[in-house]
Amino acid sequence: MADPSYPDDLLYHPEHDWARIDPAHPDQATLGITWYAQDALGEVVFFDPPEVGSQVSKDAPYTEVESVKAVSDVISPVSGEVVAVNDALADKPETINEDPYGDGWLVKVKLSDPSEQESLLDSSAYEATLT
Amino acid sequence: MTSVAAETLRRSPLHERHRAAGAKLIPFAGWEMPVQYDGIRAEHLAVRHHAGVFDVSHMGQIETRGPDAPALLQRLVSNDIRRLPEGGAQYGVICREDGGVIDDLFTYRLAECHFLTVTNAANHERDLAWFQAHAHEFDADVVDHRDEFAMLAVQGPEARAVLGGLADGPLPPRMHCCERSLAGVPLLVCGTGYTGEDGAELLLDPAGAAEVWDALLLAGATPAGLGARDTLRLEVCFPLYGNDLMQERGPIEAGLGWCCKEQTGFIGSDNVARVRAAGPAQTLVAFSIEGAGIARQGNPIAGGGIVTSGTFSPCLERGIGMAYVPSELSEPGTRLEIDVRGTARTAVVASKPIYSKEH
Repeated sequence: MADPSYPDDLLYHPEHDWARIDPAHPDQATLGITWYAQDALGEVVFFDPPEVGSQVSKDAPYTEVESVKAVSDVISPVSGEVVAVNDALADKPETINEDPYGDGWLVKVKLSDPSEQESLLDSSAYEATLT
Repeated sequence: MTSVAAETLRRSPLHERHRAAGAKLIPFAGWEMPVQYDGIRAEHLAVRHHAGVFDVSHMGQIETRGPDAPALLQRLVSNDIRRLPEGGAQYGVICREDGGVIDDLFTYRLAECHFLTVTNAANHERDLAWFQAHAHEFDADVVDHRDEFAMLAVQGPEARAVLGGLADGPLPPRMHCCERSLAGVPLLVCGTGYTGEDGAELLLDPAGAAEVWDALLLAGATPAGLGARDTLRLEVCFPLYGNDLMQERGPIEAGLGWCCKEQTGFIGSDNVARVRAAGPAQTLVAFSIEGAGIARQGNPIAGGGIVTSGTFSPCLERGIGMAYVPSELSEPGTRLEIDVRGTARTAVVASKPIYSKEH
């Protein structure tokens, strides 16, 4: 993915993570890392997913992604229970670089406190933190 | 991403070329250097299968000359300078009195009493001070040339073909060096490198670096950054100073006994000889992770031991690395349990190199 992009239908955490909350399922969020995060990390070669059923907490690391050069914690933008992990990344972790907002999603979480999303950033506010 | 202000960092004469090529620049040993261009994996594979060019202008150079220059180097460097012919290259380490490694470096013999030694960037000033401190016992001059040389490493199975098309004469064989003109620029061509591939290193006036760089790219060399340089050297188990080599450890435990000739009486040779005779308590081993996971520098090993280099191998597509372990755990095939940030990962001690062309 050559050019930066920050879709405006996502909510952003300043630690370079995004959450997508489908209005049809307002108690669930899909999480991933931003274009900026994958670019800073370089080619992702390993994603060690959390277990389904584990708890994640807003602002706390819940998993790691590794590039050739470095390992990076992934911070959760919301709190809740992991209800799905992206198993396809085990064989193709580079999808996180190629499609960070689509097929490169990491986990789906059942939200324990949907009001937390009010403290997240919209795309323009997040982009402003990058300059 | 870093607290070091960019303006305090030294810049390569190829800085603008790197920016133009889309390099990701990082602070490295006081320099702002390209860690990658298009991606570490692609650059790594370009070097393994074709030809890549690295800007290693951050490396330092020390010239030693004068009637006693051979005697001075024999005292400083672990290898036997008498076995280094004119136009030859030799790898060795310099040690403290206690045998701890100060640096690992290549020395080129330009003439009977004229040598050029290439230092690691982070160690250059310390090395230079060490050379100078010992030079006064000898009729020899030690001259710092860090700012007089740009340095490029052209590496890969096609590197000699790329270089040959630009050179005004035959290239030196491995572990030899000679003066040549490349793309019209005079330089020293050295049949050395640190990737496990054939190729050459070029030492030249910084003013000519961009011209040579452009010609190499036009001839088919892929720009490769320090990220790929690290994965390439680790696959073939070349130690990196600051990771695998340090003042607190000696050359025998690092597996560098082959370049230590204690009978020459180099500084530290008594202690190196003692460790060689008794056997080192710990040994630098290569390992390969079984299954998923990547161990990193600093990860502890059950039974005592520590990972000094760890990465993802683009050729083997698994986690690999080097670690100091108790010598009884150093046999290839021995299983190691590495604590990777709280997760126990199993690794197997590998024969060096971890990667070879037969794979």
